[in-house]
Amino acid sequence: MKTNDEKIDRRLLAGREYRGSSRIDGPLVYMRNTHPIGYGELVEIVAPDGSRRSGQVLDTSDEVVCVQVFEGTTGLTLPKTGMHFLGHPLTLSVSESMLGRVMNGLGKSRDGSPIAQGQFDRDVNGSPINPTARIYPRDFIQTGISVIDGMTTLIQGQKLPIFSGNGMSHNQLAAQIAKQAKVRGGDSDFAIVFAAMGVKYDVARFFIDSFEESGVIDNVALFLSLADDPSIERTITPRTALTLAEYLAFDLGKQVLVIMTDMTNYCESLREISTLRGEIPSRKGYPGYLYSNLAELYERSGKVRGSKGSITQLPILSMPNDDISHPIPDLTGYITEGQIVFDRGLHSRDLYPPINPLPSLSRLMKDGIGEGMTREDHPHLSNQLFASYSHVQDVRNLASVIGEEELTSIDKQYLKFGQFFENNFISQDFDEDRSIEDTLNIAWQALGYLPSEELQRLSEDEIDEYWQEMED
Amino acid sequence: MPTRIIGHVKRVNGPVITVCDITDAEMLELVRIGEQQLIGEVVKLFDGEATIQVYEDATGVKPGDNVYGSAMPLCVELGPGIIGSIYDGIQRPLEKLEEASGTFIARGLTFDGIDHKKLWHFVPSVKLGDSVSGGSVIAEVQESETIVHKILIEPTVGDGVITKIADEGDYNVDEIVATVSQEKSKDINVSMVQKWPIRNPRPVKKRLPFHAPLVTGLRVIDTLFPIAKGGTVAIPGGFGTGKTMTQHAIAQWCDADIIVYIGCGERGNEMTDVLREFPQLVDPKTGKSLMERTILIANTSNMPVSAREASIYTGITIAEYYRDMGYAVAIMADSTSRWAEALRELSGRMEEMPAEEGFPAYLATRIAEFYERAGLMETLCDKEGSVSVIGAVSPPGGDFSEPVTMHTKRFVRCFWGLDRSLASARHYPAISWTESYSEYLQDVKSWWNERSDDKWQSNRKEIMELLQKEERLQQIVKLVGADALPDSQNFILEVCSLFKNAFLQQNAFDKIDRYSIVEKQTKMLSCILTYWHKGLEAIEKGVPLVKLRRLRVVQDVAKIKFSISNDDVQEIDKLELKLERSIEKLGGIYED
Repeated sequence: MKTNDEKIDRRLLAGREYRGSSRIDGPLVYMRNTHPIGYGELVEIVAPDGSRRSGQVLDTSDEVVCVQVFEGTTGLTLPKTGMHFLGHPLTLSVSESMLGRVMNGLGKSRDGSPIAQGQFDRDVNGSPINPTARIYPRDFIQTGISVIDGMTTLIQGQKLPIFSGNGMSHNQLAAQIAKQAKVRGGDSDFAIVFAAMGVKYDVARFFIDSFEESGVIDNVALFLSLADDPSIERTITPRTALTLAEYLAFDLGKQVLVIMTDMTNYCESLREISTLRGEIPSRKGYPGYLYSNLAELYERSGKVRGSKGSITQLPILSMPNDDISHPIPDLTGYITEGQIVFDRGLHSRDLYPPINPLPSLSRLMKDGIGEGMTREDHPHLSNQLFASYSHVQDVRNLASVIGEEELTSIDKQYLKFGQFFENNFISQDFDEDRSIEDTLNIAWQALGYLPSEELQRLSEDEIDEYWQEMED
Repeated sequence: MPTRIIGHVKRVNGPVITVCDITDAEMLELVRIGEQQLIGEVVKLFDGEATIQVYEDATGVKPGDNVYGSAMPLCVELGPGIIGSIYDGIQRPLEKLEEASGTFIARGLTFDGIDHKKLWHFVPSVKLGDSVSGGSVIAEVQESETIVHKILIEPTVGDGVITKIADEGDYNVDEIVATVSQEKSKDINVSMVQKWPIRNPRPVKKRLPFHAPLVTGLRVIDTLFPIAKGGTVAIPGGFGTGKTMTQHAIAQWCDADIIVYIGCGERGNEMTDVLREFPQLVDPKTGKSLMERTILIANTSNMPVSAREASIYTGITIAEYYRDMGYAVAIMADSTSRWAEALRELSGRMEEMPAEEGFPAYLATRIAEFYERAGLMETLCDKEGSVSVIGAVSPPGGDFSEPVTMHTKRFVRCFWGLDRSLASARHYPAISWTESYSEYLQDVKSWWNERSDDKWQSNRKEIMELLQKEERLQQIVKLVGADALPDSQNFILEVCSLFKNAFLQQNAFDKIDRYSIVEKQTKMLSCILTYWHKGLEAIEKGVPLVKLRRLRVVQDVAKIKFSISNDDVQEIDKLELKLERSIEKLGGIYED
């Protein structure tokens, strides 16, 4: 509890400007001989040319305070850098009027006109959601993309990242999901929060264009910290974006979809700061707290009691060198509720979306599909598709050794199934919006290439009702 | 609120705070920092300074803030009212936190671990003049529908006699219900609540040799890689291989009396899932709701990292307390890697010299200390109680050669390695039969043989050998195709594939399949082996494999897991007989 005196005190202290930093190192500025500064406090930095930047306290002691400057340290000098310590952590003034606007990573306007002051100032670091206050997410979101709806179903309130690689069509997929996603029979009070970290201008442009085209741009808040912006700003961008998302979802009751791209750039920036501070690195030079740090972002999703809103996260990350065991995708996979994995092989065959269903997974799928939610055959059907398509891979490996001619007849049927499955089920057009029934029916067509005895994961009733042998 | 100032904040670096002007801080003392009253623990003392790890977000803490001592280490409160609770890593009830601060957890809140106002119906089981000592049972309280809570004298108390005992009636946990008089020291007043420091194991009389398995209802575990009651097991697996699903399944169906489920640095929604699902599920042993025997500790990944480090100890201390009453307790720790990472993070912040991959050098010691708290024990009150630990490990990149998996393997005796390719084919539980092992086979051998006409050990051996052979044959198939193999070898592939699909694979969402009783497991295995023996005989007589495979009854065997429930397992015997006859009939046609 702060007393009134202390509040006044704090305000006076915030007016005090310290000049002359002792060390500037990358984005970090060190200041000696200050009054006691709180950990995580917001700092206003006055550059020699009079411009103002913001920063945050990373380490505080009675001797020296370490501040990271979000806008970068270019142009700062040791003697002429001024600092105000504001006595509170970095906050975002949240308001609904941020929808339809383009902002920088700190939530300041990028398009020239000012942003209306919101009603609440929220700490961008947020607080952990109490697990007992959560509602277990189970509302099926139809994305209109077969391989997602059918095999890695997206659920409202889920965090489902896209593991992609450089040059693959993850942006198209995210845009398509943003455009087509709907809860069947649900209300449509939705909003999209888009956070770009270190991506190129064209990528941001692509998203803006596609939001404009589909007419949702007025419901989108964009936080852009592009490739040429200071790398340090990227570490705060997703936090700002999620702070707004929490307000929209849990205060205003909207269904919020948060797209964050590219998480790899975010982690790189964290590594940069960590290295500069001389911290002990863990794998590949990333800081030991990368897991906790990512979790602080990803866990800010879900549904809570007492609000009809939800936050669904769709983070995009490019796997360095397509390596899924790289620390970034690896730690992400341990936190998120599944993953959508892109495959270079499918991509080079020009299939869109190039999603490999086998390593992809949706952990929340089990409770969101089936009778009353999608269709009663969905759980067993998706299980069967996984099993059969996984066997296709074995058969292909075998065929590459002994040749297709030498395969048993049943294995040849598997090859046909695989072919049909990839070309008709996985692959679809960028603007093709399939209903869940269409998706499941195409899956049954694919299974028609296999004899019914092979369909061990399906019940006899289901086979009787839906299965039909396919003619070549 | 503690008022004893033990020092002032000197430096704040995330969850690690350096404190100077130290007066009389104790090692591992529980402290409160600043006016926000954040909870912390002293982890290092040197030269008038102390290092404190903070259990809450340290934003706003500044140099010069007071640090208050509580003169005791981090403890848990033990007494009736624990069952059915959901706690954070330092035993604060999450429901109370929600009442106090809403959806998001605020900082600096303190709550008792158990409700001190609630009245419990106390039934004394000793009378005046009875001699007692630390760990003796003096009364019973019906804690939940299925659990009788035994009121124990604190283990540190020496021998004495009961000089006062409350009558049967309703009391809250603070009221004095008994007095123990000792010859040489003061009288000791006993209430229904006691405190125990989480980092110290609770004492027992002695360790006992293992004799019974912890039956989990999962066939691949019980039949192939059993764990003993009081044993330790590690479940390593990359993300998406089903660690959490396996842990959930064991927590739901295993035959322990009490389950402590520790969600350590994992997803918030998973804990919500347990909270939502467990009250609705029925314990096959008692017919009551599963929540009546479950305690949850949820320190999700976004909650403070120090409390994650503590959550494992909080959980095992509660487990030991129930063990001391004579219960079989099973702990699910999901995941111990997150706990190890919390150690690493804190160690890094304290600028300690790192060992492998940035983990502190004492990682192995800490892992060993934790797993050693498991065991089958003779308790101080002469009962048999056990704590079994089922620890998930999340190796980065699914690589089992990383430090946490390697060190864990040194201290556990059972290993259920999860396999990514099985998980990709949605073969769950994705427990690899080539990488996993159990050192408890000898301990539980006689228990199993008693329940399977002395066949379990030999059947298990036979099917394991078949799986080994299949592994080798698969190598050949990869080179030349299955057609090149003779029918007798192809039949091995066929039987193994049946075994994998019909036995090892288990659907956690199917009402019949999710849990198999011991009898069903032994009968199913015997049925599959009959197919192997009889089928091989038939093939030797010249029956083509295709004919054998097309037998209707073989399809029925493949579906036993879904079609025959635990209540009518004798149906499996009938099916086995039918299988035998059909194959013999088929063989008859081809003979001569």
